[in-house]
Amino acid sequence: MDVLYFAWVRERIGLPKERVETEAATVADLVEELRAREERYAMAFADLSALRVAVDQELADFDAPLAGVREVAFFPPMTGG
Amino acid sequence: MRVRVQEAAFDYGAECGAFAARQEGQGAVVTFAGIVRDTAQGDLQAMEIEHYPGMTERALARIAEEAQTRWGLGDVLVIHRHGRLAPGEVIMMVATAAPHRASAFAAAEFLMDYLKSRAPFWKREITARGADWVAARDEDEAALGRW
Repeated sequence: MDVLYFAWVRERIGLPKERVETEAATVADLVEELRAREERYAMAFADLSALRVAVDQELADFDAPLAGVREVAFFPPMTGG
Repeated sequence: MRVRVQEAAFDYGAECGAFAARQEGQGAVVTFAGIVRDTAQGDLQAMEIEHYPGMTERALARIAEEAQTRWGLGDVLVIHRHGRLAPGEVIMMVATAAPHRASAFAAAEFLMDYLKSRAPFWKREITARGADWVAARDEDEAALGRW
């Protein structure tokens, strides 16, 4: 699936988008896999209360299932308007 | 109903005029513009707005549809810019048209509350001191509770 990062999450991880091959069942499982990769991921995902997630471009919870999902995005709380 | 996400500046006055001119049958139009505000120190050089192409349009359309249904609006317009903006530039606007003003005002407030914290935009303030992501405010999240 494609994993996208926005705002300071993108800056901490150092890229806007990447292809991830995963068997993770939920968003939380995917976060655990990413955290285990490298320090920059561990730092970006250190505090999940400061993060929001979208699954296939819809806001979701961290326990959302990933079966059949094409795109997951991580970002800080939004500041539109 | 129209939703536009764009980098280019737009003419707020012309958009308001054109919107009002096509509301035959409605009795009230409410418009709101969000402007790039300077920092407390008065040293803002630019505001950069990042967004999530695809999701942004979907989220705005959903919020506009909900406003239209809930308040029986005759029409809704949302325009939101992204990219680099100077202090004083118009960031975004909403316009609502309804038979009576109470619905038009309420729907405009609802739209603003929702697109502040449910549309995927992120603001960053650029000053001589550096670049800082604007933090979401607890009041903005709490404002959703009233709807």
